[in-house]
Formats: sequence, C-alpha cells, structure tokens
Amino acid sequence: MLTFIPQILIGAIDLVAAFLFMYGLQRMSSPVTAPSGIKVAGVGMLVAVVASFLYVFNVDAAAKPFLMVNLALAAVALIIGGGVAWWVGRKVAMTAMPQMVAIYNGMGGGAAGAIAAVELFGAKYQGTTQLVVTLLGALIGAVSLSGSLIAWAKLDGVLKKPFRIRGQQGLNGVFILSCLGVGGYIVYAAQAGATPLIDMPHLIYLFFGLALIFGILMTLPIGGADMPVVISIYNAFTGLAVGLEGFVLQNPALMIAGMVVGAAGLLLTLLMAKAMNRSVSNVLFTNFGEIVKHKHGDVKGALKPVEAGDAGIFMRYAKEVIIVPGYGLAVAQGQQKLYELVKLLLAGGVAVKFAIHPVAGRMPGQMDVLLAEAGVPYDMIFQLEDINDEFASADVALVIGANDVVNPAARTDKSSPIFGMPILDADKAKQVYVVKRGQGKGYAGIVNALFYADNCNMVYGDAAAVLTKMIEAVRGLGSKAAA
Amino acid sequence: MQFAISISGFVALYIFMLAAFAGWVIIGHVPAILHTPLMSGSNFVHGIVVVGGIFALLNASTVLEQVIGFFAVLLGAGNAAGGFAVTDRMLAMFQLGGHAAKHGHARGSHPKKG
Repeated sequence: MLTFIPQILIGAIDLVAAFLFMYGLQRMSSPVTAPSGIKVAGVGMLVAVVASFLYVFNVDAAAKPFLMVNLALAAVALIIGGGVAWWVGRKVAMTAMPQMVAIYNGMGGGAAGAIAAVELFGAKYQGTTQLVVTLLGALIGAVSLSGSLIAWAKLDGVLKKPFRIRGQQGLNGVFILSCLGVGGYIVYAAQAGATPLIDMPHLIYLFFGLALIFGILMTLPIGGADMPVVISIYNAFTGLAVGLEGFVLQNPALMIAGMVVGAAGLLLTLLMAKAMNRSVSNVLFTNFGEIVKHKHGDVKGALKPVEAGDAGIFMRYAKEVIIVPGYGLAVAQGQQKLYELVKLLLAGGVAVKFAIHPVAGRMPGQMDVLLAEAGVPYDMIFQLEDINDEFASADVALVIGANDVVNPAARTDKSSPIFGMPILDADKAKQVYVVKRGQGKGYAGIVNALFYADNCNMVYGDAAAVLTKMIEAVRGLGSKAAA
Repeated sequence: MQFAISISGFVALYIFMLAAFAGWVIIGHVPAILHTPLMSGSNFVHGIVVVGGIFALLNASTVLEQVIGFFAVLLGAGNAAGGFAVTDRMLAMFQLGGHAAKHGHARGSHPKKG
C-alpha cells in the first residue's frame, strides 16, 4: 500500500545527508571552519542512519517473517559497534591515531564486503552488471579489511618486521588471479543458469577467502615507514567498495560518499608518495629495506656534540628559530616540553616557527595534530613549501627527532636513495642543533650529511630530557636577558 | 508514479564521475596541516556504509544472511562512530595564536580564545 511514503522520505533524507557530507568536507579546507565541518557531516550521518530504519516498510516478502528479529539485531549491532568504537575513539592517544584510522577503515571495508556477501548468498542482485559490481566491491572491501588489519598490526607494533618470502610477487599474483577467476566463474554460472562444478555458496566462500588472503599477503611485505601510503590506499579502497555496493543497493548516498572518499584517498596517496620520493607502485611492489645498500664512508667533517643548556641559551639570544620536529619527538613524548621551551623563547622576543615535513609522523599531517594537542597554535606551524626559503635567514634550526627529512643528500647526492625527495633546508640556517638519541641512522638507513656540517652541533639524549635541560638553562637567564 | 530509486549503469557512471571529481577538488583544497583529520574524516564519511548494512540486514531471510548482515551493521557502525569521535577530537585541538592555557592539553577541554 503506502510504500511510496517511506521511499520519498528515505530518498529526501539521503539527499540531505549527501549534501551535508559534501558541505562538511568542504568546510574542512581551513582549520577555522574544520571543527564545524565534521559536526555537519556527523549530522548527515545521524539522519541517514535514522532514516534507514524506514526500510522496514519496504522489506522483501521473504524477509517479512524475520522483521522483528532483524530490527533487534540491527539495533544491537548499532549500539555495540558504535558504542565500542566511540569509546575507544575518545580514549586513544594521538600518537596511536594511524593504527586507529587503519582499524576503522578496515571495519568500513568489512562492512562493504559483508553487504556484498548478503547480496551474493541471497542472490538478490539483478542482472549481470549488478553481479559484477557486487563482486568487485566484495573483492576491494575484503582486501581493504584484511590489509587494514595487517597495517594496524604493523603500526601498533604487534608485527615488528616486514614479512618477505621468495617469489612473493608471484604468489600474490596467483591469489589475485584465482580470486578474479572464481569471480568470473560465479558470473558465468549465474548468467548461464548452469549448475556450477562447486555449488554456489562454496564458490562465494572461496572468492572471499582468496580476497582476504590476498589483502594479507599484499600488505605483509611493506615496511612500517611506508604505512602512511598504505593507509591512504586502503582508505580509497574502502570508499570505492562502499560506492560500488551503493550502486548494487541502488542507494545514491552511498555511491556519492564512497566515491568522494575514493577520490580523496587517491589524492592523499599520491601526495604522500610524492613527499616520500617514491611512486605508489614502488611502495607496493618493492621493499624499501632492499634498495638501501648505500656506502657510508663519503661524508666529510665530524660530529660535534654540545650541551643541551648551551644550545638553549644560544637560542634564547637568537632572533629567529625554526623548529623541525619529527616522529622521534612524539616517541619521547616531548611535545609539551617543546612548546614550554617555545613559550619561553617567545616571551624573550625570539621569533619561533615550526616547519613540518609532509611525512613527519606515521600518517600525513600527524605531526601537526601532535603539536596542536600540545597547545601549539596552528598559525605557528608551517608546511615545507611555505617555510623552506626562511631557513637561509634563520639564526637557528632546531631539529628534534627528525633525520631523513633534513638530509641535504636529497638535493645534492645523485647516488642517494632519497635523492630528489623534498626536504626541509635546515642546513641553510646559520646554526643547526640536532637533538638525537644516539648516532643511529634514520628510517632510510642513510648517513645524514647535515650532522657533519660545519654549522651543525649534535645534542645527544632523549628529546624530553634534552628539552627539560634547555628550559632550565633559559629560565636560569631570568628576565634580565633582554634580546 | 514511481518513487523507488532506480539507477542504471550509465547514470551510475555519471554519478561516480561527478562525485570523484568533486571529492578530488574539495580535498585538494585542504591544507597539509589538516591531512590527518581529513583522512580520519573521509574515513568517517565512508561509514555511511552502515546504512547499506541496515538495509541488507532488514532484508535478510536466512540465518546466514542475518549473521553476515549483523556484522555489516556492527562494522559499519564502528567505522562511522569511531571515525567521528577521533576526527572531532583532533579538530577541537587546532586553535589560533594567543598562547592557549597550558593545562588545557590532551583531550577535551579547549579554552575559548578571546
């Protein structure tokens, strides 16, 4: 009877939701409007979820007897899934954000895959096009689920080392091709109406199994340093899978939201890969550890250690200081201390700026979030292209917990694996201080020529401890030290 | 009159093309400083998959479909709720100059600036 009323309502509300998503994302283009942007998108999500319960008025005839049970299941799943994720999301430390994003992303991919599975097992798709799209979404969603879980395990430290075996590429190829083959056979069997050699449910199990294993195998060999690119890719994958399943369910809100995220993920992936001086295929199909067999003997000069306190006092009398924070700072939990030092320097009339490399942290922009968490206002935080020219006029560049992103070899040494990578020109400052735990190398395992330069001094020690000493030294000068 | 939404192959491609283009342009304008919240925010947006999960579950007519549908909703809800929680938290931390009170760090409290 009046089935068209819920249809109109769902259509209209989903339209509003899709608009709110787009508008919310658009507001994210500035730190000023971004906090309201996510809230706008949140309202869109809320109304879309509430409206989706109007589907009860239009369920399939076969599902009618189960409606009350299904409704209860949906409510329970919403409360448990949403509740747990919300609680964890409120608690998680900012340093753990990359693995959090990986896990939420895997959940989205899993949900898309599960929707596809319901469609496949129930043979609800209409026509060959929908079947092919369902399978495609299922494949991408399943790969995103298992791949994201591996990415989470790597970022969280559960999996420590990249797992590599001989002939890995070939093995991956076998799995993806067999998966596509099974998918093709499902389409053939469904279309011809023929009885398949293996019965349909088992074919579907096989299809999902192969896709999940492929996701695992594809992610296992990728090193921890490349995870930012991997998370972006899986983000794009999940978006794509959601968009495709949206088509199968004839739901334009899912199609639009999924595809917007797919495009966004692709763009971020390319940006990240560019900042790391790698191509996306290079990240996925070669192993970073292997290309680094670089000679270390050709750096002139010596490492010149200084005391933290002396470096602090020097900065206090400088006119302009640029700070280059890296992930090592976050590992040492030194962001609060750093900002404390910065406030002292600012109070003394020193101009202080933060210079952020695009790959500082474990995901794009993570260092910005960590600094914001410590209370650093965002108008003190500058990105590579905006600040790089200023190093030449700066009195001091303070490099904390960063290494490869300030290695001048990227500009000069053609034989270096990081040659051509955009770097922060910290070496051009009049004086460079590098705060470092020891004499170890960066992620890329390359000797950093900056550390041996004439204008560079090393301050050895844990970043938080070094900063504490600097703060004490600057405080010790008192207010009489007017610049 | 027909109110059920029906999208054929080519209409779907047009929608996909326009949505991808819009996503590319909108995201291209987001400054690098916001890339982490942007990623978790776009992550949140594909949490809309939960709506598809609810649809699938409500139309389930076998135990297998009910089980898988349940997980679709469970995972989708986690994606949406978690994505929103972390993005909202992160964005609340970004504040402009005028040295914010030091004790207001970590999560939650973000003093209003005057």
